[in-house]
Amino acid sequence: MSFLKLTASAVAIAAVSAPAFARDNVQVAGSSTVLPYASIVAEAFGENFDFPTPVVESGGSSAGLKRFCEGVGANTVDVANASRAIREKEIKACADNGVTDIMEVRIGYDGIVFASDIDGATFEFTPADWFNALSPKVLVDGAIIDNPNQTWADVNPAFPAQQIAAFIPGTKHGTREVFEEKVLAVGCETTGALKAMEAAGMSEDDAEDACIKVRTDGLSTDIDGDYTETLARIDANKDGIGVFGLAFYENNTDKLQVATMSGVTPTTESISTGEYPVSRPLFFYVKKAHIGVIPGLKEYAEFFVSDEVAGPDGPLAEYGLVSDPELALTQEAIANEQTIASGS
Amino acid sequence: MTDASNAAPLREKKSLLVVDARTKKRNAAEARFKMYGIIAITLGLLFLAVLLTTIISRGTGAFTQTFISVPVELREDKLDKKGNRNLEDIKKVSTFGYNPLLGDALSAVIAEGGFTTEITKSKELRKLLSSSAVGQMRAYVIENTDQIGQTVTFDFFASSRVDGYIKGRVTREDLARDKNLSAEHLDLVDQMIEAGVVRKKFNPSFIFGADASESRPEQAGLGVSMLGSLFMMLVVLFLALPIGVAASIYLEEFAPKNRLTDLIEVNISNLAAVPSIVFGILGLAFFIQFCGGYLGIAAMKASAPLVGGLVLTLMTLPTIIISTRAALKAVPPSIRDAALGVGASKMQTVFHHVLPLAAPGILTGTIIGLAQALGETAPLLLIGMVGYIASNYPDSVLSGFTDPNSAMPAQIFEWAKRADPAFYERAWGGIIILLVFLMTMNIIAILLRRRFERRW
Repeated sequence: MSFLKLTASAVAIAAVSAPAFARDNVQVAGSSTVLPYASIVAEAFGENFDFPTPVVESGGSSAGLKRFCEGVGANTVDVANASRAIREKEIKACADNGVTDIMEVRIGYDGIVFASDIDGATFEFTPADWFNALSPKVLVDGAIIDNPNQTWADVNPAFPAQQIAAFIPGTKHGTREVFEEKVLAVGCETTGALKAMEAAGMSEDDAEDACIKVRTDGLSTDIDGDYTETLARIDANKDGIGVFGLAFYENNTDKLQVATMSGVTPTTESISTGEYPVSRPLFFYVKKAHIGVIPGLKEYAEFFVSDEVAGPDGPLAEYGLVSDPELALTQEAIANEQTIASGS
Repeated sequence: MTDASNAAPLREKKSLLVVDARTKKRNAAEARFKMYGIIAITLGLLFLAVLLTTIISRGTGAFTQTFISVPVELREDKLDKKGNRNLEDIKKVSTFGYNPLLGDALSAVIAEGGFTTEITKSKELRKLLSSSAVGQMRAYVIENTDQIGQTVTFDFFASSRVDGYIKGRVTREDLARDKNLSAEHLDLVDQMIEAGVVRKKFNPSFIFGADASESRPEQAGLGVSMLGSLFMMLVVLFLALPIGVAASIYLEEFAPKNRLTDLIEVNISNLAAVPSIVFGILGLAFFIQFCGGYLGIAAMKASAPLVGGLVLTLMTLPTIIISTRAALKAVPPSIRDAALGVGASKMQTVFHHVLPLAAPGILTGTIIGLAQALGETAPLLLIGMVGYIASNYPDSVLSGFTDPNSAMPAQIFEWAKRADPAFYERAWGGIIILLVFLMTMNIIAILLRRRFERRW
């Protein structure tokens, strides 16, 4: 009975409120990495325009794109934030639900840094160090064996004899993909493990998959939460080394010290020049069908990538975003409402 | 029996006043038991004390904020180039256009106060202030176009690092590698404090304001999410109370006792024990995806307090039903018999006699159910009430139910996740406000029970 009444009253309330497309604020969902930037833009947008402040939800790139692809209408989000490019599969899922015209906007780059407790030892990493520390199988004296390394000194004699305790993002994070691709896979290749695996009869794909595996004996911990959790883990275990976003590190320089990668210290400058190797582009996706229907949507997209906001001196760069040198092209694409080719 | 009579002569004859070994043992056991009890209570109180002192010591800082008062010349050549005070033209100047004015104003403050500092660049100087300062100026100018050309003194928020310095959270060493602020800034702040330009005072916008983006924790407030919680509680109250009371009256007074009602009874008790996250998934699947998406009901969308309220209603219903049934059961049968005996119908008996007598118990149960719903976070995460959401005040009562909003506990959760440590302080502050609400509700429940409860 209660359920019937509930539904009945819900329908009654809904009937009072306005019909579809009555929404007057832009709705954004997606990556928790992009969330800080999107919220900064949304706030400034609300201050500078007569439109209400857009609503930005978090939940992860995949979850955001899934909601984005649910269809067209006031009940679906207008913009999806993503810390990786949209996948073919997702474009297809979108098209199946009638979301065909999608605009892709690259807002800039995000650096991924390795940081440890401020009072601990200082590290100068190379991708090979991380591969040798975290991979379940490593190359020793020409043979692929189970990883024997227990301390950082085992990995590289230049490091202190500190227990390996890595806190890396869990597999549902976009950051993990970058870590695998730009650190583990590169390390696998430079140590020669990739070649050795292929020589041992593995197919190329299998060897590449084996390269990005992470040991499961407890020396590496997947963090499924956000960077605050990684920070708490390092607080509790002073030997810990964690993977963070550049912006998060820059807000917590009193607790963390950053390690160099291949001799380069991560800063917005070294990332924008491409010197610092571990970075990735950040995106948001706009539903073209909503432009002109949801008030302020196009203005929001334009405002997001304007020089004042996303440029090298803008508030986003100040917070830690590495601004895109090709911002002008992005601005033009939005002005022309250029979409990515669908279903290709 | 025979054993006992045989054993009796063996018993030693002793004075009652001399305590024998067995009595001693029993007395010691009792004393030990009392001690365990006292230890348990002391531990409980100790934990409570630790909890409260932690919350209060970490959270009270959020209620005060550092302000810097700066006289700003609202230059006409920057804000209204045409000089015709046309609102549309003035609006074209974005907040970025106000930055130079602010930099000049800060330089003027330094020159006037005779402060010594190495910092001269406008951009560096502006780091002392919250980035909300330019927005505050622009909003003021749009409201008061006649003030263009005048010098107006604003009370700006200091940036979160400056605020942290004054509250003792940030030290000069911390800033060594911080690009948001430097030690020179702090030297300047010290001089400004002496001159009375920088002051720490009570910050009402923490309680009544909207959420702010990650770059300005100093501006963030709990007000909008408080409204979100209020609207959700209204939904819960107006749905759960009538439905819950009607269901319990039917079950308690009218329903026949058979297998079906037994089954219902067991299931209500089971529902009360279901983890709240399950209701969140249900809300997402049924209210948002089915009602909102498939049936196309526009009001049933993610982040709407209406949906949040419906989910919490489902969660609260079992609590209300169980406490209402207990209250109804507590009314002695003699009352019912007397009413029926003088010719009242069953319905008259219930509504004229039983229900009024059970009302205090029902109210108490409802308030406790509401308090539980108010502090609930898990289901709200699933229906999209977490993120940068509580940024707009609702336009009207109706839109309060449907506009995207957060809730107090969800907002606290959101703050605790953010990168800037200043948000962490606000999360503790938010907990204080939430606890005040919960305590008030529980005290009201206790008072109602004390005042109206009847013992038979």
